[in-house]
Formats: sequence, structure tokens, C-alpha cells
Amino acid sequence: MTRWGMVVDTDRCTGCEACVVACAEENNVQTVGEEEAKKGRAMHWLRIERAVEGTFPEVSVKFRPVMCQQCGEAPCEPVCPVYATYHTDEGLNAMVYSRCVGTRFCANNCPYTVRTFNWFDPEFPEPLDRQLNPDVSVRVDGVMEKCTFCVQRIKEGQRTAKGEDRDVEDGDIQPACASACAAQVFTFGDLEDPESKAAKLSKSPRARHLLADLGTLPGVIYLEDQEWNPGTDVS
Amino acid sequence: MTNDLQERENRLVGRLSLDRFRPGLVVGAGLTGLVALVFFYAWGIQLRDGIGVAGINRPVFWGVYITTFVFWIGISHAGTLISAILRVTGAEWRRPVTRCAEAITLFALSVGGLFPILHMGRAWKVYFMLPIPNSRGLWPNFRSPLMWDAAAITAYIVGSFLYLSLPLIPDMAILRDRSKGWRRRVFGLFALGWQGSAQQWRSLESGIKVMAVVIIPLAVSVHTIVSWDFAMTQVPMWTSTIFGPYFVVGAIYSGIAMLMIAMALLRWGMDLGDYLSDKVFNNLGLLFCAMTLAWGYFTFAEHLTVWYANEVAEARVLWSRFTGKWAGPFWTMVIVNFVIPICVLPFRWGRKPLPTALVSLGVLVGMWLERFLIIVPSLELPRLAYTLGDYTPSSIELMVLIGSVGLFAFFYFAFTMNVPIISVWEVREGWEHENSHSGAAAAAAAPQTDARTPEPAGGGS
Repeated sequence: MTRWGMVVDTDRCTGCEACVVACAEENNVQTVGEEEAKKGRAMHWLRIERAVEGTFPEVSVKFRPVMCQQCGEAPCEPVCPVYATYHTDEGLNAMVYSRCVGTRFCANNCPYTVRTFNWFDPEFPEPLDRQLNPDVSVRVDGVMEKCTFCVQRIKEGQRTAKGEDRDVEDGDIQPACASACAAQVFTFGDLEDPESKAAKLSKSPRARHLLADLGTLPGVIYLEDQEWNPGTDVS
Repeated sequence: MTNDLQERENRLVGRLSLDRFRPGLVVGAGLTGLVALVFFYAWGIQLRDGIGVAGINRPVFWGVYITTFVFWIGISHAGTLISAILRVTGAEWRRPVTRCAEAITLFALSVGGLFPILHMGRAWKVYFMLPIPNSRGLWPNFRSPLMWDAAAITAYIVGSFLYLSLPLIPDMAILRDRSKGWRRRVFGLFALGWQGSAQQWRSLESGIKVMAVVIIPLAVSVHTIVSWDFAMTQVPMWTSTIFGPYFVVGAIYSGIAMLMIAMALLRWGMDLGDYLSDKVFNNLGLLFCAMTLAWGYFTFAEHLTVWYANEVAEARVLWSRFTGKWAGPFWTMVIVNFVIPICVLPFRWGRKPLPTALVSLGVLVGMWLERFLIIVPSLELPRLAYTLGDYTPSSIELMVLIGSVGLFAFFYFAFTMNVPIISVWEVREGWEHENSHSGAAAAAAAPQTDARTPEPAGGGS
């Protein structure tokens, strides 16, 4: 069996947001414009959370990329009335855009607030429409979307391996964020394969889940010295 | 004695005056119909442009629409539940109240039932939620509280419709026998061939009894399930074990408020003071007062436990209600939902039509705010505080809210224009009971064969 997972080493993150851009390009995520973004409708599947520590001049900044945590016990899944979001055999929380009716219940029940919604039909003004990724469908208004671990790249990797009559090897598959990251923050792989780099890193003493006490069993593992929740102490 | 009853029945039917042009009702229906158009106009804009015309955003994915949905489903607990409880317990004073209460249920459900569809991103795909066999082998997800909602509300609408319709049959026969021409044919159609035979009365009585018993657990389940849309999640201050009963109590509370307003308007507008009497207001006012206390108790218990436990994410939501951004609406809710009712309703002067109607208006506002305050602050303050939200209702959402009030009132006016808003035969049955208790003359009265007269339930003793 396979369980796709991602190890995110926050201590390596420089906050450059190359992953955010790569994600949007790879997955045809629409840009909503300034007005909509102000209303809280920006659509990034991946965000960089920031926390400033200390006071000037002794200041340091921590960054944490947060995307769909691909939970093993995902709160978003049971609440969908139409199975638009469901669990695959490979441990992914899949989204079926054409099945979604837009109740937005999944997004309310996601403790990580990583689901984004198409409030209007997407617009890709010239020349953005020429760089749409043909491997990923463009979503219409009224449906939910979120990080898929670049499922199209996973499928591509599996097809290639099958064509070459071999198993998928660790490192064959790289989501867009991982391949764009200069600091090598992201390590993607099969958590069930004890030899994979991701599985080994996930055994690190620095490994922890985000909001682990909710019991959602995320497939994303953070390497950080202690969990921090930016904004909690901001009044 | 029969003649006396007949005369009283004539007077009641005259007051209901279904055969006359009544300017008040026509103007009311016209104006509220215009307001109802606002609802469809706003919904049309939303269907054309996208759900984004509403003010909801990330992370506040639910707002005015779901608030108003819960509000109307709550209102629907006025009628059927109260009427059923009073019927089952044999409260005689219920007789003039049942019909106008049951109508509230049906129309509040009809309006409220539109909201889950209206709030969808793709309302035209609503049939995905129906268990229709299809080539993809896909079935609705019955683990989702939204599916429980759909099932419960559908059952409740069907049940309420039957429960309203059954006692309508003899009244339709009364109207049929009193009218001529096309009106006679129309009423005759709805009277379903009612002749008033002993067999028909027995069937009707047992049908009503069964529905009255069935509808009580149904009504309780509906609002419990509505509360589980929230309580089943991991959202701070949504996940609460008392939400089921808390919501049911709130629903009955707001339902009585709507019933009180409807009764007061009917009393003044149609001169029905003899039937919707001070005694009826007094008795319902006592129930209203009890629900004030119950609602206050639940609200207190809910907030006290969260405050004492002081869990980080929940406390943030709590303080945004107490002293933060939502303090204004929160304390308004406390005043109109608890402080004012508790200062008015315990007193006999406070249970007259005017004071109860005014208190009820406040309670309706307060109960809408209650649902809003449950939904919005929790969503604005998710656990990962990097994504704090901010929500302001858009003009489209407010138009839908106001339009829904118009739609409900329009249904109610139209119903009152065409159907006896007081159940004539039930009131008459009440008079017969009084007579049979008050004198031997009634017991000796000739057997009734009149098509409009029920057999005395107590066997005339």
C-alpha cells in the first residue's frame, strides 16, 4: 500500500514563496484580483504563515508553508453530502470538482482552513490563458478546491514507471512546490515505504503534526522544534 | 340547542368572510408579494453572477443564508409542535389556535427549505443530493449532517402538510355547503367527498390523532439535526453536546413568537377577538414565558461552561461575543430574548395581545441574532489564527433575508384569504363539549345527521 506524504522542514524555509507561485501555475489556480483578495477570497492552495519573534533589533521571523494536510481522518470528508471529497486508496483527500455542489461544509470543518472556493467563474486574462496546465481541469464557479499533492504528477510518475515496467522509485514524483523550492523544504514520498526519504524524516524527533490533538492524522509532517500558532497571541 | 350552535357557527364563518372582498388582506398580500419579489430578484442576480455576490468569504463560508435557514426552520416549530402537544394533551383552548399555527409551520418550512438550495455554490446541481440511481453508481453521502437535514426536513414538510390538511377536510365541506357556483365546485374538490358520516368522522379523528403523535418526535428531530450541522464539526463553540436540545428550545421559542404576532394581527385585522381570546393569549403567554426561561438557561449553561473551561480556540470566540467585535449584537440578543420577556411575560397584563406581540417582535430579532452569533464568530476565528476572517453581509444577502420575510407573509395572507384560518368544526366541537357538560338538554339532543356536525367525542356524557 501507498500513503503519500510530505515532510516540511520549516527551519529551512526562507519565505520566498516560490512554492506558492509554482503551485498556482501548476494547478491553474485563479488569481482573483485585489478587490476579491481583500474580501478574503484569495485562492492559494499553499500559503506561507509567518511569525515574528522577539523585539527590534533582536528580531527573527519563522515561516511555515501550509497546504492541505491530506488527513488520514479528514474532518472534511464525512460532511460532504455528495462524496465530492473522499479518501483514495493512496491516502489522498481527493476533490471531484464536477461532483461538488458548493455547500462549503468541508471548508468549515477543516481546522487548517486550507480549502478555497470559487466564488465566481475564473478569469485567465491574456496571456495567462496560454499557460494553463492541460493536465489539470479549470474549475467553475461554485465549487471547492484545494491542494491535491499534485495528483496529476503522481499519476504521471506511476504511468511512466509502468511504461518502463518498474515500480515507482522514491523521488520520482515531485509536487510543484517541492520542485520549485530552492531551500529543499519539502520532501515528498510514500510514508508506508520505510526506505523512502520522507518516511525516514518523519521519524525525526523534530517531526510533528499541525494541531495533532484533533486526531486528524495528517499526511503532512512538519519538522520544527515546537509547534507554533502565529496569531494566537495577537489580540 | 342545535340552532344556537348553527348561529354561532354562522357568526364565525361570517367573521372569516371568505366569500367577501377583504381590502386589508388583499393589500397585505400585494405588498408582501412585492417584498417577496425582492427575494427572487436577489437570488436571480446570484445565479447569474455567482455565489460571490454574497458577503461570505474564506474562512466565513456560511453567513446570513444559513442563519436565515435555521431561523425559518425554527419558526416552523410554532405550529405543528404546539398544536400537536395541545391536541395530545386535550387542551380545550387550543381549538381556535391550531389552524393558524399549523399554517405557520408549513410556510416557514417552505421558505426555510429554499435556503439550503440558495446557499449552494451550484444550486442547479441540487439533485446530486437526491438518491437517484445513476450510471456512475454514486449515492448521496448519508454520513453528512446535510443529508440528515434534507431527509428530516422533507419528512417534516410532508408530515406538516398532512397534519394541516386532515382537519381542513370538514371545513372545506362546510364552505362547500355554504357556497354556490364555481366556489362550490372548488371547495367540493378539496372536501374530498366529505359527507360527515360516522365512519368518516372516526377515520378523521384517528388520522389526526396518529399525525399528532407522529409529528412531535419529527419536529424535535428536525431541529436537533439542524443543530448537528454545527455540533458534529470540530469548529470552536460549534461542537457542543447540548446543541440539540438548545436548538429545539430556541426553535419553539421563536415559533411561539411568530404565532403570537400572527394571532394578534388576525385578532385586530379580522375581528376575531371572541375566538383568539384573552384566555388564549394568556395560556400561550405562559408557555412563551416558560420557553424564555428554558432558552435563558441553555444560553447561560452553554456560555458558562465554555468560559470556565477556557480552551484557547473556544475562549477566543466567546470573548468576541462578550466584549469583542460582536458584543453589540450579543447583548442586544440577551436583552430582547431574555431581559425584556422576563420583565413582561410573568405578569397578567404582559400576556395581553399587544405586549406579547411587541415582546415577540424582539424575540424574533433576538433568535435570528442568536443563530448569526453561533455561526459567524466561530468561523471568523479558526484554530489556525493565521487565517482570521472578517464578515459583513452583502446587500444581496440582506435582500434575500428581507425578501424571505415577505415571501412567508405573502403565503400567510394568501392562505388566510382562501382558507378558514380558524378551524370552524373544531371550534364548534368545543362548543358542543361545553354544552354537553353544562346541561342535560344537550345530552337529550336529537342525534346529529347534519353533514357539518361531528359526533361528540365523549359520547355526549
